[in-house]
Amino acid sequence: MIRKTVILLLATAIAAATGALAAETLESGLRGSTPLNDEGAAAPMTPMRNTAEKEVRNYPEQPPVIPHSIDGYQIDLRSNKCLSCHARARTAESQAPMVSITHFMDRDGQFLASISPRRFFCTECHVPQSVATPPVSNDFVDIDTMLNRAAPGGRR
Amino acid sequence: MTGSDPKASRPGFVRRAWGFLLELLDVLIKPSTVLGLGVLVIAGFVAGIIFWGGFNTALEVTNTEKFCTSCHEMRDNVFSELKSTIHFTNRSGVRATCPDCHVPHNWTDKIARKMQASQEVWGKLFGYIDTREKFLDKRLELALHEWARFKANDSLECRNCHSADSMDLTKQSPRAAVAHERYLFTGQKTCIDCHKGIAHHLPDMRGVPGWQ
Repeated sequence: MIRKTVILLLATAIAAATGALAAETLESGLRGSTPLNDEGAAAPMTPMRNTAEKEVRNYPEQPPVIPHSIDGYQIDLRSNKCLSCHARARTAESQAPMVSITHFMDRDGQFLASISPRRFFCTECHVPQSVATPPVSNDFVDIDTMLNRAAPGGRR
Repeated sequence: MTGSDPKASRPGFVRRAWGFLLELLDVLIKPSTVLGLGVLVIAGFVAGIIFWGGFNTALEVTNTEKFCTSCHEMRDNVFSELKSTIHFTNRSGVRATCPDCHVPHNWTDKIARKMQASQEVWGKLFGYIDTREKFLDKRLELALHEWARFKANDSLECRNCHSADSMDLTKQSPRAAVAHERYLFTGQKTCIDCHKGIAHHLPDMRGVPGWQ
């Protein structure tokens, strides 16, 4: 008898809980208010940052980001649009930064005459930046700030 | 002329053709004895309208996107590549169709280009680029022709819509503004020098000046 009552109570509780869950709208920074079992409307695409001004690197090894739009740039086996400005021979005319000398090295550290095939596809590392405001903020702290904090008398 | 022996005295083909031409000329230069001058003038005028109108209509039919893409060589290669570019869809809905860039707009140059294009009919008949592989093999050669044409006429087909005088540099991205100011406005370069591959994919660019 008691057992039956317990099962009944449990069932009621579960039903009530799922009902409440289903009725509640979830507000999430990434998903918005779309229910979990639905696919939300796609956010409108934002334009690329197009200032052509160098952006700071967050750590020394970071591949520099592309400060301009690269819509329709063809990078494949036949041609590489990036290199028509950033190649060594093209930089005088374009005033674009030259591809780093490290990109001329093969895997054994030998310098080749032109871009090493393994570094040919620029967008594997270098990417343009969107002007979107991120829904989740980033609390990355760069090394200078970190060292400053650790130094005696530094701000923590 | 034909005497008692028609087989022996029948003149050769050239002679007969020449005789016919002389007779025709005779008819053409003699004043008409049956039709009035007014009738002839009006009939000539109407026939002129029909022939000239028909010619121009036929010419314009061959100057449409629909006509160009009725061949699979165009539809499956260059036209499908155009579809993802700004010259096909954009915010204001202005589309550059095939002839806007590939056929000169003024009449004399258009006719000259159309006569040149008869070679392309030959190419179509004999399957010059009837597979994707053949097209890719020939792609550099075909692209070089177009680039040479644009270079020779100072990118005339670009400038039919894009006028350097109407460019507002403040509305351009900083890179574009600098490049246009330095190279376009000074006349050092023409559109096609920098804007290759904006409407179709590029061929293998090794050896093309300015490319790697």
